[in-house]
Amino acid sequence: MKMYRSHILVAEDSKSLSKGAKEIEELISKELRALGLDEEVLVAPTGSLGFEDIGVAIAVYPDGVIYAPVTQNDVPRIIKEHLLKGRIVKELAHEIGKKDVTVTESRAERVLSIQERVLLKRVGVINPESIEEYIAEDGYLALEKAIEKGPQWVLEEVKASELRGRGGAGFPTGKKWEFTAKAKSDVKYVICNADEGEPGTFKDRVIMEGDPHLLIEGMILAGFATGANYGYIYIRGEYDLSIRRLQKAIDQARSYGFLGENILGSGFSFDIEIKKGAGAYICGEETALIESIEGKRGEPRKKPPYPPTCGLWGKPTVINNVETLANVPPIVVNGAEWFKKFGVPGSYGTKLFSLMGDVNYKGVIEIPFGVKLSSIINDVGFGIKGGKKLKGVILGGVSGSLITPNEIDTPVDFNSLALIEAGPGSGSIVVLSEDRCIVDIAKNIAYFFRHESCGKCTPCRVGTEEMYKIIDSISKGFGEVKDLERLDKLSTSMKLTSFCGLGQTAPNIIQQSLRKFREEWLEHINERKCSANVCEFEEIMEEVTNE
Amino acid sequence: MKGKSLIDVLHEIQESNPENYVPENLAKKVADTFKTSPAKVYGVVTFYTMFSIKPRGKHIIRVCRSLSCHLADGEKIVKKLKEELGVDFGETTEDKEFTLEESSCLGMCSIAPSMMIDDVPFGNLKEEDIPVILKKVREGVL
Amino acid sequence: MSDLVNVKIDGRPYQFEKGTTILKACKSIGIEIPTLCYLEGIAEEGSCGVCVVEVKGSRTLQRSCITEVTEGMEIITNSPVVREARKTNIELALAHHDITCPTCVRDDNCELQTLARRLGVKEVPFDKIGSFYEKDLGGPVIRDPSKCVYCRRCVSVCENIQNVNALTVAKRGIKTYIGAPFDLRLVDSPCVNCGQCIMNCPTGALSERDDTDKVWEALSDTEKYVVVSTAPAIRASLGELFGLPAGTFVRGKVARALRLLGFKKIFDTNFTADLTIVEEAHELIERVKNNGVLPMTTSCCPGWIKYLEEYYPEFIPNVSSCKSPQQMMGAIVKTYFAEKMGIPKEKIFHVSIMPCTAKKYEADRPEIDASGVKDVDAVLTTREIARMIKEAGIDFVNLDDSDYDLPLGEYSGAATIFGATGGVMEAALRTAYEMLTGETLEAVDFVEVRGLEGIKVSDVNIDGVNIRVAVANSLGSASKLLEKVKAHEENVHFIEVMACPGGCIGGGGQPIPTNDEIRLKRIQALYKDDSERKIRKSHENPYIKQLYEEYLGEVGGPKAHHLLHTHYTPRSPWEALEKVSLNK
Repeated sequence: MKMYRSHILVAEDSKSLSKGAKEIEELISKELRALGLDEEVLVAPTGSLGFEDIGVAIAVYPDGVIYAPVTQNDVPRIIKEHLLKGRIVKELAHEIGKKDVTVTESRAERVLSIQERVLLKRVGVINPESIEEYIAEDGYLALEKAIEKGPQWVLEEVKASELRGRGGAGFPTGKKWEFTAKAKSDVKYVICNADEGEPGTFKDRVIMEGDPHLLIEGMILAGFATGANYGYIYIRGEYDLSIRRLQKAIDQARSYGFLGENILGSGFSFDIEIKKGAGAYICGEETALIESIEGKRGEPRKKPPYPPTCGLWGKPTVINNVETLANVPPIVVNGAEWFKKFGVPGSYGTKLFSLMGDVNYKGVIEIPFGVKLSSIINDVGFGIKGGKKLKGVILGGVSGSLITPNEIDTPVDFNSLALIEAGPGSGSIVVLSEDRCIVDIAKNIAYFFRHESCGKCTPCRVGTEEMYKIIDSISKGFGEVKDLERLDKLSTSMKLTSFCGLGQTAPNIIQQSLRKFREEWLEHINERKCSANVCEFEEIMEEVTNE
Repeated sequence: MKGKSLIDVLHEIQESNPENYVPENLAKKVADTFKTSPAKVYGVVTFYTMFSIKPRGKHIIRVCRSLSCHLADGEKIVKKLKEELGVDFGETTEDKEFTLEESSCLGMCSIAPSMMIDDVPFGNLKEEDIPVILKKVREGVL
Repeated sequence: MSDLVNVKIDGRPYQFEKGTTILKACKSIGIEIPTLCYLEGIAEEGSCGVCVVEVKGSRTLQRSCITEVTEGMEIITNSPVVREARKTNIELALAHHDITCPTCVRDDNCELQTLARRLGVKEVPFDKIGSFYEKDLGGPVIRDPSKCVYCRRCVSVCENIQNVNALTVAKRGIKTYIGAPFDLRLVDSPCVNCGQCIMNCPTGALSERDDTDKVWEALSDTEKYVVVSTAPAIRASLGELFGLPAGTFVRGKVARALRLLGFKKIFDTNFTADLTIVEEAHELIERVKNNGVLPMTTSCCPGWIKYLEEYYPEFIPNVSSCKSPQQMMGAIVKTYFAEKMGIPKEKIFHVSIMPCTAKKYEADRPEIDASGVKDVDAVLTTREIARMIKEAGIDFVNLDDSDYDLPLGEYSGAATIFGATGGVMEAALRTAYEMLTGETLEAVDFVEVRGLEGIKVSDVNIDGVNIRVAVANSLGSASKLLEKVKAHEENVHFIEVMACPGGCIGGGGQPIPTNDEIRLKRIQALYKDDSERKIRKSHENPYIKQLYEEYLGEVGGPKAHHLLHTHYTPRSPWEALEKVSLNK
């Protein structure tokens, strides 16, 4: 094995690739060859380093320096100065860990130090296309331990950890697994829900692109604990890079004997197949997902029966989110008690949050449960962009909740959020500044649900269309006060009688905004005024208010 | 494992078709293979936004219209795309190069506004980026 | 041993068998929960959201049609929340509906309308959503998407009961489309025009092409000699559309009403049903004797014929070459009758009243006309003729009986049971027996082939020879039977197929609603008529004998063949898709 003195890792997640990360990687290799350093310095791709919102990022190890954003012009200088001469290029660097080098904005340190990188441990550290690097970083240790201890032990450990689903519903994972483990059937399945369609959510792709073997190991453990021999990863069709990296990882795992017959001599067999989605948010709903794998329209099934006892092809099926499954290997390796060191009672462990909107730092972060939302925004997000005032936060995706400034100190965990009728949901945090218009946001959300409704049930099929029509009319200046009553009535009805979670949660934010931001709605209706200057009213009398 | 599903096969048909769609006569063949009816296959193809029953351009542009991209002035990008291409959503350019489609959240929210052209993601878009990107795609550089 | 579960409904304790739905449980204790999309055995999807109830512990309301009772469940069927929710869902359905009740074909017989009234809907507080799709007016079965409530019953029937698969659910959300795929009209799809979709549609989204204008025009055309013939099923069904109980025998009133409408001659298709039997029994015996193609199948159902031509063309040689009674009537009217009366056949306008929508298609089949002009000029369903009778101000219920006109108005008991599944078989056996053995058949009732079961098989001993017969009703059953025959699992000689469940009395043109209870009552009326007739065998019908003696000559002879027999054509069910689209 070659002994390199330095590693340069280039972040090559989808976003970074879209910014030219591959070209940077190639240029670095060229520069190293030109200086005769290619035998001493290894260049490799890695997952997200957390800086894709500003540009391409590279990390130089063992020094622990991140350069971001890196342009093609910066490369020769970095290679010559840092790799050849050993001098860090301070102006371009963000440093992690080293205290004696001053940096203008030690963003990396703050961003990365507040975080607990359990799930993201290897993201940005290893080459996601190398199973060897995964193994070198404690990869497949959990699987070995599980085989040694047996399926019952694994199930009990996951139960004891009180791990809750990370897709949005927060159902206790161990409990779900137990239903399937106890079900008697010739065939059982494990499905990974990698549909990640909730607007404002992009955390699962970070794992799939940056540490795909973590997900695979998690799935094998799920199968082992529940008695399932087949796994499917249902991944949305638009996630091409994730699909490619996962498929490569599956092939590698097979060749190493982690997948297939008689895994590591245990007698347990498990294999995984990827199923591509084709552009339907509703397929994130577990029964619609099952229908899609079966090759049908993604229309939800009635529950009961529930998938753990009657799911794919009518067989007991465990369906877990990517992040949920990613938690399993660390729990198995380190134990349930270790896991409970993170988070708070009722919400143990860490959570991936997708932070965006009017914050200074946008990206995926990993934080233990129980941190105040205000702290996340200020300490990790570096506060509101442009120093503006906070208007609100959309937490948990567009099917989540609307948090107002006076609720912003709520700790982010299931129980605390439940007290304000909210939940962590998918972990999406969209920060809204005072420059935003609630009516415009409500319209965008209504448009989304109308586009994604599967059409099976009347309350959602017609309800989402009517909701959009009413809000659109208000945004154009044609609203009447009774429209707010109509919206409210429609919302309640959809929440109570829609066939599935999509229709039941579609009105959440809109209905909450009617209450929490009523003055803004009324302003649009009674005064034909949009304080944020976003809405374009039609048939305007004066020429002044126009954007 | 049960092997390829109808949706897997539809993906394959579309991906190997330069016009990026599922032709009617193939829909019938697929129905026969899966022992189902063309009516059912049509119901599946038209349910999912990634499938098309009508011919499309060589390149499919999916521009995101969901919350994060909207907040990042995504509508300006949408407008610019429609202008540059001279088409509306669901339409294909005269030279059959591009089909413009509106998409829900593409999972690139921290680099909003964003779009995808075929399987390539583009983020942090500014209006002036659009003609440059379109040119590069036409030239086959990307 | 069935488990019982204890539940509370509206505060009162009850016990029900495990697996009972809340809807059925409530029905059994006198609570009628409103439903729209639900239709037992056909649509149990829970799409409309009308049948919701409160269940303690659940944060959403539950659909009573698909939720089973469980131990300890506490259900509230009537609360402000529940009533408001049901109403809102009807209001939403109405918002996406083109409300044209007074001019809609289903006015006063529409499930959406009934529910709106029942739930006290006073206004629709939502914007009207126009239909995204055009009406499909191409053929006998027409679709109006602006009235669709998306219950999907039609798709379920077409797929699961009829196995035709012409209809589908496509696209999604508010743009969901229910109809034939690939932008095809129904006429360009495998649709066989059986009309079972119409029979199950809760609103006016599906109906038959209205041919009454054509008939009114003919009736007032002094140049035309308009005659009418009525199917077996009409006499047992038409009364329902005038408020009479299902199964009231109204033959005499039908004739009187038709006379008052202005038809010059009232003929009975039962007469040509007898004719069909004579020809068909003869054909069967010839095949049996001379090792002809067996099994033979009946051919009087045009839905069945089109289905077979599309999906089982390999069985075309098996089908009897006999025309249906409707088409035989057409041929005889335009030749025998015309010549006998000295009326030029071009002047005769022949209207056929049928319980069937596929008969509209049959009348237009190109190979079917033997007289040189159109044998059947217009086909009206039971529903259409009822509308004409009402429009003319005729008080049907209080009419005196009139008789049908000779020589095409008399029939045997065997003819009248054609309307019931198994009826054609029974009629054919009565005649075939006597034709084969030359002996008189005493036991004319073949009860094994009666009833609503999908496939009925029976062994009949004719002169020491075992003839095995099978009767299928619904195309799904017919398909199952044919698969068995193909796999040599079923060795039958003669098969009767009726496309519609219950036979023609359950046809696509019949009064709505039609359910098993009503089917049985209509069937009962026909068998009663049969049992009361003096002549119960087709070949004993004296006017049939007269027809052969005076005009046709030999049974199965050349003239009979020319006028009364036809042929069939294989057709590709999805021909429209098979051409490679070059420039779409």
